[in-house]
Amino acid sequence: MAIDCLVLGAGQEVGKSCVIVSINGKRIMFDCGMHMGYADHRRYPDFSLISKSADFNSALSCIIITHFHLDHIGALPYFTEVCGYNGPIYMTYPTKALAPLMLEDYRKVMVGRGEEEQFTYENILDCMKKVTAVDLKQTVQVDKDLQIRGYYAGHVLGAAMFYASLGDAAMVYTGDYNMTPDRHLGAAQIDRMQLDVLITESTYATTIRDSKYAREREFLKAVHKCVSNGGKVLIPTFALGRAQELCILLDDYWERMNLKVPIYFSAGLTMQANLYYKVLINWTSQKVKDTYATRNAFDFKNVHSFDRSLLDAPGPCVLFATPGMISGGFSLEVFKHWAPSEANLITLPGYCVAGTVGHKLMSGKPTKVDLDKDTQIDVRCQIHQLSFSPHTDAKGIMDLVKFLSPKHVVLVHGEKPKMDLLKARIKSELGIQCYDPANTETVSFPSTHFVKADASNTFIRSSLTPNFEFLKDEAKAMAPLEVRDGRVTEGILAMEKGQKVKILHQDELLTMIGTEKTEVEFGYCFALRLCSLKRVLPAIEEVSVFDENLLLSVLNMKLSNEVGLQDRVGSLEVNSFRLSICKNNSCPHRSNGDSDGSYEGMFFCCNWSNLDMKLAWRVISLLKNMDSSVDLTNKMPFNNVER
Amino acid sequence: MVNLCGFHILFDCPLDLSALTIFSPISTSLYEHTSAAPSSDSLDTPVVGAMLETEKLLDRTNLIPAEPYYKTVERLHLWNASLIDVVLISSPMGMLGLPFLTRTDGFSAKIYATEATARLGQFMMEDLVAMHMEFKQFYGPNETSFLQLFKWEELEALPPALKEIILGKDGTELGSWMPLYSAADVRDCLRKVQTLKYAEEACYNGTLIIKAFSSGLEIGSCNWSLKGPKRNISYISSSVFSSGVAMDFNFQAHLGSDVLIYSDFASWNGTNCVGDENSCSSLVTGGDCSITGDNEYTRELNADSLLNFDESSEEMEKLNFICSCSMNSVKAGGSVLIPIGRLGIVLQLLELFALHIDSSDVKVPIFIISSVAEELLAYTSILPEWLCKHRQEKLYSGKPVFGHEELIKEKKIHIFPTVHSHELLMMWQEPCIVVCPHWSLRLGPVVHLLQRWHADPNSLLVLEEGIDTDLALLPYKPIAMKVLECSFLSGIKLEKVPPLLKMLQPKLILLPDHTKPYFAPLSESLPCLFYLEDETLRLPNSNNLSELHIATDLASQLTWSKMKNNELTISRLTGELFVDNGKRYLLAEKRPMPYEIRPLVHWGKVDLESLLLALEKIGVKGSIEKVKSDDGYGSNVLNVFEPGKALIQVKETSIVISTSDKSLASLVSDAVHTLLDGI
Repeated sequence: MAIDCLVLGAGQEVGKSCVIVSINGKRIMFDCGMHMGYADHRRYPDFSLISKSADFNSALSCIIITHFHLDHIGALPYFTEVCGYNGPIYMTYPTKALAPLMLEDYRKVMVGRGEEEQFTYENILDCMKKVTAVDLKQTVQVDKDLQIRGYYAGHVLGAAMFYASLGDAAMVYTGDYNMTPDRHLGAAQIDRMQLDVLITESTYATTIRDSKYAREREFLKAVHKCVSNGGKVLIPTFALGRAQELCILLDDYWERMNLKVPIYFSAGLTMQANLYYKVLINWTSQKVKDTYATRNAFDFKNVHSFDRSLLDAPGPCVLFATPGMISGGFSLEVFKHWAPSEANLITLPGYCVAGTVGHKLMSGKPTKVDLDKDTQIDVRCQIHQLSFSPHTDAKGIMDLVKFLSPKHVVLVHGEKPKMDLLKARIKSELGIQCYDPANTETVSFPSTHFVKADASNTFIRSSLTPNFEFLKDEAKAMAPLEVRDGRVTEGILAMEKGQKVKILHQDELLTMIGTEKTEVEFGYCFALRLCSLKRVLPAIEEVSVFDENLLLSVLNMKLSNEVGLQDRVGSLEVNSFRLSICKNNSCPHRSNGDSDGSYEGMFFCCNWSNLDMKLAWRVISLLKNMDSSVDLTNKMPFNNVER
Repeated sequence: MVNLCGFHILFDCPLDLSALTIFSPISTSLYEHTSAAPSSDSLDTPVVGAMLETEKLLDRTNLIPAEPYYKTVERLHLWNASLIDVVLISSPMGMLGLPFLTRTDGFSAKIYATEATARLGQFMMEDLVAMHMEFKQFYGPNETSFLQLFKWEELEALPPALKEIILGKDGTELGSWMPLYSAADVRDCLRKVQTLKYAEEACYNGTLIIKAFSSGLEIGSCNWSLKGPKRNISYISSSVFSSGVAMDFNFQAHLGSDVLIYSDFASWNGTNCVGDENSCSSLVTGGDCSITGDNEYTRELNADSLLNFDESSEEMEKLNFICSCSMNSVKAGGSVLIPIGRLGIVLQLLELFALHIDSSDVKVPIFIISSVAEELLAYTSILPEWLCKHRQEKLYSGKPVFGHEELIKEKKIHIFPTVHSHELLMMWQEPCIVVCPHWSLRLGPVVHLLQRWHADPNSLLVLEEGIDTDLALLPYKPIAMKVLECSFLSGIKLEKVPPLLKMLQPKLILLPDHTKPYFAPLSESLPCLFYLEDETLRLPNSNNLSELHIATDLASQLTWSKMKNNELTISRLTGELFVDNGKRYLLAEKRPMPYEIRPLVHWGKVDLESLLLALEKIGVKGSIEKVKSDDGYGSNVLNVFEPGKALIQVKETSIVISTSDKSLASLVSDAVHTLLDGI
């Protein structure tokens, strides 16, 4: 039984996340992303490694998509519609609702750039029809054995971490997640579980981030300054996620500062996205959720649809436009118009792919940007770089790993040098095995396995009954009584040919076999001289009616430092060991030398079962030593009690 | 109430709202153009006279003019609330009685409900409390219970229909009447509810895994699946195979359970109880209406037929019929009053009304009057996860899941908290269509509007079938307005039950007793047991064994010993037992295993000769002696004299070794062990 992780994408890199995990033979594909940085075959994960014959339906049990970002879902329409995968696909409701927007947006950009179309709009719709939407914490039975379950991951709307278990083996794939809540999303949440493997992203493997509020303030200040000077603000952004977060931020700020400057959303696409956010408000943070009844937080008051005619209209405004990296489309068009003016402001996302205008603007402070051979644009406007990121930082990753304490950790979705550092930290600080396989590499782990057996009721009941041990510190009279549950589950495992393994209580075994118990007992009757007893109990001869119980309890006191015997009337007992005063002169346990009757003293008869052999001999030797300390002629000195 | 694995589980805690009808509604002078104000007469209602005078047995003066009390589940109050471990709420209706329970001293049970159920239930309870305030204001804050108003004789003299409601058929239900809880009780109650999603696994006490699966009746309503270490139980409440609003009945999830408790008997309008081991309770499905067996479907009994037949299309026809009737009334200048408590139906009606109004040339406003309507409607538009497929498709294609949101924006629907709201009075125009909560026609806006319209022959009242209409409408008589009674699907149709049960293949089915005539003939193919209200039913114990998971490291440490002349291999097993997620695990102990492992239990026979031989092998010598011991039973004795003295007595079931020599004792016992089986 084993778990194998085959990394097809995002191994020691960011982009085209795709991990194939096989748990005890069942294979699950986690994410099916594409790489934004490539336009050739490297754009997609190498699916041929899943199945040589390209029979993906039998090779995979299911596909799980964690969220709607293209580097996690971008290759899905290609895989289902072009490669022909027809099996189950799972994602959360918001992901299912929003993914088509992302994919279509991307497809349009690709076509707009004149690249070869990888899949059509119909492909996207057909692909989404195969998707089963799941709710958070909803436990989905993929097949008879395989269970999956999503947990809130923050990051973007509908992002989820997925738990998968088969038999006793269990693992979690995080996708991208955020351990701190932001404007509109909550922090990732997961239950504590027994895991064999945790596959986690490690985008910020070494970064520790400070509070976000400072950076938010900075952003708002820059925007406010610009509009109050009559400038226009261009916020190039992707339709989903960041746009809504910034919009909540701005809408809120506008409200507080009583600003009247219009905020525009560029295309119908983004407005449409807001509608989804409104309906799916249950997937946002608690704070936002609580507002739904009075005013849905995504019902932006100051936000309007942008009309192309407003492009060169005078007066300040704020505009959200797609795509995010100014790689083309409307945001580039707006950029052309607004960049030459010093009063205007352009905010850039935290990360831009090389080759885009955004990337050019980020590197240094260019005054001119070449769009193509013929067009060159003067850049005089101000540039503000956003550094919000919905990814967890190193502390968050460490916290999650520590919280889940899996047997193994696999790092993906990060940069190699940083991952190495994090890997070392996880190994040294948490003592957990950690791996960072490269693309197309496989790592294997043994999986947890439990042996199954049928347990009888008596056994279960006996093990569920607490066995209290009362420990009292005798030294301190006022010490509180310490109660401990000293229960140990004990039973008997029986294996009969051709039958399931059974666990029975000890008493049931004999009934099952059909025999009776045979006791093996030990007996020993020995004498202690009266003179030595006198040392223990000086009044022994004065007590006319011999008080045996008194004698026994005095002896018990003497022994109490060494062994704790329980004083029952007429005998001292512990476990199966029993000591009493013997008056039977022909006691069978009496050894020959002692049974002549002439002996002046008292006979003590002991019996015990072999379970308490050691203890019994110890008690006996203690009693005898008490005797021998005065009478050195005793024939059997037990000097070394413990062998 | 079910006892499973030692836990007491209560399913649902509703209110019997139909019992509200015994109270007279409050009247306000505003609408008081009827001859006599129903309730303002006096408190000492002349009961007997009314009975003699009229043909009818009941007159509105018979109704009890007092602050209403509420009827909870019969005999639940006899239960010690602190003995309940788990409460499972399947629908918002099943939650209305919950605050009575949660405010009881010593109540500490864990309450589970789906997120949507809890929220919708909260809206209903808040509305109930708010509506009840009207009564409070009317009757003043005095604390007397309505029961105290009556002497026993007066109670006896009540018309039989009322008496039955108050006392129950056998006169035992008097104790289930309670004064209404407060808003604070509702809040407290909700704080104690643990909300779940569909198919979310909740683990109670590490032993029971509780899962809710959609039942299709209402948004968020569910059936339950309970999984303990020993058996799985499915609890099926009122379910609808395909609903126009809520997520469809997920019956596949209940496949192959050990026990299936079937308590969806809308067709019996039933109050049911379920018992197992030593517990009982009853469930009152409050406002459920009945389905008339209009069609006979003799279809192939398989899963597809259950699904294929589109129940929702039939429902749509009914709704369309309501709409067209309403439109006719409006055209005739009358208003339409729709007091319906079922959210799903209201939502569908709103959409249909908008269509009907658009297609006709009449412009008529729709008013929704309820203290929680605004929040409620806002809430319905943010729970796509709980809705049926075609509503979810709307989400994916970017349309709003319900039409009402837009209709409100377009000012076709207006929402008001109460009939007195200033905005309502400003907007008010007749004819109009009013949608408001039902509350047995005794609480809230419906009262005022009925008083206003009951004499108008053009107006229309749309009622859900199932309640005692006569009694409900009593205070508003004589009634001139049209009354349309309609039944909505509120459970599985009877003819679909056997195929469903056959398909789910439970090992045992529990059905309410009154269904015996129907199901007893089928018992050959369906393993059924019938339960009675208030009675305990003990289930046969199916399986004495339960599964235990042993950690591999522990399993590999085991030392096996093969039994003599037997095919059995046994091993002593020591570890720590954990119960987690309904599974039992045995893990290796943290403390080191004791080095010395001696058998603790022995069985088998020892005869002296072989013992003597065995002893000689290890250098112990002795001789056999026959002794007659004191007790009369002969026992064989073996005297050992080398290397030390010892006496070994061999009896039927015991062997006693007496010696003063410690090492000799262990030598002898070793020899004995080789002859015995032991562990």
